[in-house]
Amino acid sequence: MLLNFVIIPGLSYGSQLALGALGVTFVYAVLRFANFAHGELMSFGAMITILFTWFFQSQNIGLGILPTALIALPFGILATIVLGLLSDKFVFKYYRKQKSVPVVLAMVSIGVMFVVNAIIRIIVGTETIKFSDGQKFIMKAKQFKAMTGLNEGLALKSSQVITILITILLLTFTFWFLQKTKTGKSMRAFSDNEDLALLSGINPDRVVFITWLIVGTLACVAGTLYGLDKSYKPIIYLNLVLPVFASAIVGGIGSPFGAVVGGYVIAFSEIMVTYAYKKFFKYLLPESLEPSSLVQLLSTDYKFAVSFTILVIVLLIRPSGIFRGKVL
Amino acid sequence: MRFDKYEWTAISIMVSLFIFVGFIQGWSVSLVILNMCIISAIMTMGVNISWGYAGVINFGVMGFLAMGGLAAVLVSYPPIKEAWQVGGSGLGISFILMILLVIAVFFITKLVEKKSHKYWFNGLVILFGLIIIRYFFLNATAKIEEVDPALAGFLGGANLPIIFSWIVGGFFAGGVAFVIGKVALGLRSDYLAIVTLGISEIVVSVLKHEEWLSRGVKNVIGLKRPVPYEINLQNSEWFINMVTWFNSSKLNNIIDPDTKQEVMNNLIIDGSGIFVKLNYALLFFIVMIVIYYFANKAQISPWGRMMRAIRDNEVSANAMGKDIVKQHLIIFVIGAAIVGVAGAMLVTLDGLFTPSGYRPLRFTFIIWIMVIVGGSGNNLGAIFGGFVIWFAWIEVAPLTTFLIEMFTSGMDPQNAIRLHLLDSVPYFRYLLMGMVLLLILRYRPKGIIPEKVRHS
Repeated sequence: MLLNFVIIPGLSYGSQLALGALGVTFVYAVLRFANFAHGELMSFGAMITILFTWFFQSQNIGLGILPTALIALPFGILATIVLGLLSDKFVFKYYRKQKSVPVVLAMVSIGVMFVVNAIIRIIVGTETIKFSDGQKFIMKAKQFKAMTGLNEGLALKSSQVITILITILLLTFTFWFLQKTKTGKSMRAFSDNEDLALLSGINPDRVVFITWLIVGTLACVAGTLYGLDKSYKPIIYLNLVLPVFASAIVGGIGSPFGAVVGGYVIAFSEIMVTYAYKKFFKYLLPESLEPSSLVQLLSTDYKFAVSFTILVIVLLIRPSGIFRGKVL
Repeated sequence: MRFDKYEWTAISIMVSLFIFVGFIQGWSVSLVILNMCIISAIMTMGVNISWGYAGVINFGVMGFLAMGGLAAVLVSYPPIKEAWQVGGSGLGISFILMILLVIAVFFITKLVEKKSHKYWFNGLVILFGLIIIRYFFLNATAKIEEVDPALAGFLGGANLPIIFSWIVGGFFAGGVAFVIGKVALGLRSDYLAIVTLGISEIVVSVLKHEEWLSRGVKNVIGLKRPVPYEINLQNSEWFINMVTWFNSSKLNNIIDPDTKQEVMNNLIIDGSGIFVKLNYALLFFIVMIVIYYFANKAQISPWGRMMRAIRDNEVSANAMGKDIVKQHLIIFVIGAAIVGVAGAMLVTLDGLFTPSGYRPLRFTFIIWIMVIVGGSGNNLGAIFGGFVIWFAWIEVAPLTTFLIEMFTSGMDPQNAIRLHLLDSVPYFRYLLMGMVLLLILRYRPKGIIPEKVRHS
């Protein structure tokens, strides 16, 4: 019961947030500013993926039961990386060389956000787009009932499974990269102490380049997965930026592990607080005590407020986040 | 107040823009833009006071605007007696219980010595208190929302003239800002930006969903106006006489009495619309000038100097014995209150309150672009930014349509690219705003009219 409506959506939504927050954290740790344009980066990646999906669909190329978006994803990632690098070259680099204060860079990222937002809207408009195809459910509620003999169904959407699998893959790769490879180690050194890293011969341009590679990949995958799971709507991503930031900060901004944990914390608390527990209580309590209302802690409308309440509480009690951040 | 050459140029640009639009697109359009420009300028001054004077970032503009709008509703709407009858007592009880709860928490904090015990006791009391309050509160609100849901379904307001709401809106927004400031000021600037952005979203979502208070997404329409209605004007003697006097030369040239009457009627209908908008413009202009005057006075006062000192070097200001946390809180509240005034004015102008219309892109980021473009730290710059950016925001659409038509004129009229571009005209304004912000930050980081450094 809980599994169906709390844990699985929580896991998939949490994975999307975690990937987004990881991207924000990378920018924050290496480039040292809060990137408000991250949501638009996600949106842009998803948009390119959609365009390629349409192209493949028109050519009748598909993956059978898996959504076509999976083949289009690499192209989306490539485009997002290019966008990130372009924005860095034409915009952010100047301020980095000037050693501007973080607030100015945050303002600049708002400018980038506006521009990317406009490009997306000019290309695809503001309509909701559904682009998932292939088999929708891996396991339908009825099949599950028949299989296990329980009287509550369990439905498993394929997009959710794909989300969780891809997230595990990407996270493993990212952490392996950071901990084991030389480039990853140099990135960590750079984010820890820039001057010392420069002295020991680390090329800053290379580090920045690699960062945008990772950020572009993460943003595009997160955006596409979110679009697959719900449906693609360009304006939604602006609202998604806030939970993403919340997860990054809750986990401890600058700490990748913290960002991932923060993503899941935010996602689960949003879903758990707004979930209607009526059915759940029905199984636990005897008939006479059965609650009459939906037993919701808060109505679903406040989903959004939940993540921020958590953010504020965390900032008050433990300003550096759950896992003390600042270093990759 | 003496203006230098720069500032005179800025003012004359602003004035000539409106005259230009007045001649090209009609005075009515020009006045609509002017009204919104003035309101934007007031918002911009609010942000400018906290950011430009003291360097306190405030990304919660949207939330404070919404609070101002709520004030406009609560002040001017007639009270709904039925709703008070069915739900008033329940709300009263939950309010009293809330106060009791706060007192209880206060006492526990004082009486219980051990720190871990303190947390536990407080947690338990708050939990139980909230469950009890929730019971009364939900009952009451459900009843209130049932009262005539198509027309009312909320408590209504105090039935006062809507002009009072401008002040009340300031207080509402200031109150919310006080709470936010208590919690969040002291965070680093970029954290503060995110937190205020998030809290403003919370404020708006509360307004959207607490229907007993603000009617939520059902919107409140038909708010009273501080200026006469067009329909009343058209029937009043003095107004008709005034219109005739203004257009006497034009009317005298027409000899046929029937056509004369027709022209006359059209003139009166047009004239009444323009007259109402002029009245609004006058009212708003007075508010803007008053705020501008005081903002300037404050900036050159010792208090303003202290604020600049805190902004430029927090550590040394602290060493001089200035209470930085307190001053930051004060200026955050003042800035937010001015934004709240603008919010109430915005709702007054529209005559309706739509909580779902408050979006961060439109009401937070654009205002910030105005501040940055105009020149942070300079009040005239803030006004100028408000005027120019809002003007561009409105006038970009006709301009891009024109440009696209021009560049694609060689193509076939049914060309897919051309049609698509024409469809996406409204989105070019975002592109322009982003480009303007980026260019200004790059080549003129202090804004078009930079802050004057006074050595006094």
